[in-house]
Amino acid sequence: MSRAIRFAPLALLVLILAVLVWRLATPADTNVHSALEGKPLPAFNLPAIIPGKPALSSAELATGQPHLVNVFASWCVPCVTEVKVLQTLKDRGVHIEGIAVRDRPDDLADFLARNGDPYERIGSDPQSDVQISLGSSGVPESFVVDGKGVIRYQQIGPIDASDVPMILSKLEQAR
Amino acid sequence: MIAEAGLSALWLAAGLALLQLVLMVVALRSGADVRRAMRSIAVVQGVLTLIAFAMLLIVFARSDMSVALVFENSASNKPFIYKVAGAWGNHEGSMLMWVTILAVAGAFVAMLAHRTSERTLVAALGAQAVLALGFYAFLLIASNPFARLWPAPPDGQGLNPLLQDPGLAFHPPTLYLGYVGLSVAFSFAVGALLTGEVDSRLARAMRPWVLGAWILLTLGITAGSYWAYYELGWGGYWFWDPVENASLMPWLAATALLHSTNVLAARGALKAWTMMLAVIAFSMSMVGTFLVRSGILTSVHAFAIDPQRGTFLLALLAIYVGAAFALFAWRGSSLKEGAPFELVSRESGLVVNNLILTVILGVVFVGTLYPLFVEAVSGEKLSVGAPYFNAVAGPLALLLAVLVGVGPLLAWRRQRRPVLHRLQVPALLGATALAITFILWRDMHILPRLGFTVGAYLAAASILPLVGRNPLRAPVATWGMVVAHFGISVALVGMAANAAFSSERLAIAKPGDVLSVGPWLVQLTDVVPTAGKNWTAVEAELRAAKGAQLVTLTPQSRYYPDPPTQTNESSIRTFWNGQLYTVIGNQDASGAWQLRLWWKPFVTLIWAGGALIAIGGALALIGRLWRLAWRRRPSGDAEWRKERYA
Repeated sequence: MSRAIRFAPLALLVLILAVLVWRLATPADTNVHSALEGKPLPAFNLPAIIPGKPALSSAELATGQPHLVNVFASWCVPCVTEVKVLQTLKDRGVHIEGIAVRDRPDDLADFLARNGDPYERIGSDPQSDVQISLGSSGVPESFVVDGKGVIRYQQIGPIDASDVPMILSKLEQAR
Repeated sequence: MIAEAGLSALWLAAGLALLQLVLMVVALRSGADVRRAMRSIAVVQGVLTLIAFAMLLIVFARSDMSVALVFENSASNKPFIYKVAGAWGNHEGSMLMWVTILAVAGAFVAMLAHRTSERTLVAALGAQAVLALGFYAFLLIASNPFARLWPAPPDGQGLNPLLQDPGLAFHPPTLYLGYVGLSVAFSFAVGALLTGEVDSRLARAMRPWVLGAWILLTLGITAGSYWAYYELGWGGYWFWDPVENASLMPWLAATALLHSTNVLAARGALKAWTMMLAVIAFSMSMVGTFLVRSGILTSVHAFAIDPQRGTFLLALLAIYVGAAFALFAWRGSSLKEGAPFELVSRESGLVVNNLILTVILGVVFVGTLYPLFVEAVSGEKLSVGAPYFNAVAGPLALLLAVLVGVGPLLAWRRQRRPVLHRLQVPALLGATALAITFILWRDMHILPRLGFTVGAYLAAASILPLVGRNPLRAPVATWGMVVAHFGISVALVGMAANAAFSSERLAIAKPGDVLSVGPWLVQLTDVVPTAGKNWTAVEAELRAAKGAQLVTLTPQSRYYPDPPTQTNESSIRTFWNGQLYTVIGNQDASGAWQLRLWWKPFVTLIWAGGALIAIGGALALIGRLWRLAWRRRPSGDAEWRKERYA
């Protein structure tokens, strides 16, 4: 038996161990990232859900200004804390649009009255169709969309206070 | 005091393991005769771990809440069997059970191994001591099962309800016994590599352990497959889940080892290869444990996960397997090849068997870890599913099944007369099965079609070793081989029938609706709420009719509040020609219920085949131990050859 063959199992073991150690050291990211980052928004046209609040369509997001599109719901607990952070973003001049997923008008109005309303427009997505076409797998998620309607960044999970500078810089880059 | 007694016994046992290791080094260096001391130490070590484990059982049985482990995993109002099973239904207790089985196995090796040379036995016991020391260190330093709580809490926190199942009380011990059997083969291989005495005596000492481990792993896989089939409610018997693969890989390696050990025992050939396989088989059981415990692959077994323990297991894996491979690399060249054999011979048949099994093992291993490698190299995420495994491993397994019919007909060293004419009847049966599938089912998929063909052929071919001689005078081990090989054909036909003829019906039904599935008409008569000790459920009442035959099935959708878990309890009715399998899902907005119905012709043959394979292994083991106990004689080699040529 040649020397190379005798040492092959040892070499193979070292290789496999290296990969296993790497995986233990860097736990897997189990988030499902949208395949649409860097690509234009899919076309959609969502109806209004709150009286007096305009509806949302993809055309209204390609206005030359960057937008933050927030996928949320009144029944989503992390959304309660997130909406307050969105308010500070709005105060810094960010255009925020909402997509309300599987929501009811009364519940949503109650949610906004209680927690604040940073949204310029809210579209209703009762069957999650638009959420799925955006490549979003849960609530809350947010998309930074540039002036041409191209998705520049996807935030999975709530935006918390420490994320504000990062989101602002993403919006700045999208300008 | 009971817990302290257990802990003291464990410390003493660890000290003895260290002494065992030191004695081995001394003996190998100086040639001193330490065999008797070694034997006593190994036996006392086994007894001490048994005492420690018994103490743990006692504190669990008495619900002694001052022991932290009992408080965390038990409650005083639990049924007695789950109180006792709770002792190993957690990390610390299962580690103690593992070292106990390991040390008791070491004691048996020390008492029973008369066949190897003394030097090799001493070296093997030393290797076994190193294996045990790693686990003693982990138990005593990082996960003491006997740690106390002060003040003692009034009652415990209970056991995960998912684990309160009689099957799960026996699942870990079965698995551990199988893994420990492979660890003994590993220790023998390391010992023999150290002394350079790789010969047929070593193979005969290893064989009962390999066989025993293989039987338990076969049973474990068969039972696990049936559990997933009825409990998960997906109607499948194998999902290529990482944890299923983790159990399949040691089994594949053990199957190959079982056959190559026979070559080494009978002919003294395949030395290096058999040593390599012994190391790989144990490595695969460690890899399996690591994959399950560390949670680095997503799987249904997620309740056992702990990354830190994963790190520890990986470190042990690296030390043990790395050391064995390094030993192999440095000492492998000193192994002289044994008796030569010709191209057409029993030996070459078993070499082909080993090659195919090893390739299948590689296919499963690569498929299971491929997503990790791709992500490490390119950052891309992907998963490998059943289509890959079926397409690659399926044809290889079929090819192997064809050769299983030929191998046992070949003589050792050189097959003089042609054997193919003996396969006329089996080949004819296979061809008939193939023709029937073409006449009756033109659009059947290729794999089930070949499954029927090979299954029919092998059913006849596997019996041939008993034909042309008086079957009652054939050795028990030969009977074992025949039964196990026949079991393969039974399982093959079951898999082919399940793949080709299963009918599935997914429907939304209201009470009163009638659905058809296969030859059955099934009526949903009612859906009623029901409750058990710690769950509530909705239960469907289904009346199934085929001709004059009428049966009732009651699948449930259960909800366990603590922790909130929803499970589907399938309702299955077994007939001689298949199973009717029913599951109830959720209610939709209109008040109708989701129903899933399957008619699975001959699906039970899959597990019957698995059971036959294990029974065959048990027969072979009994036969071997019988010979060992009653007909111990130095001329065993000649006896063996005479019998094979008969």
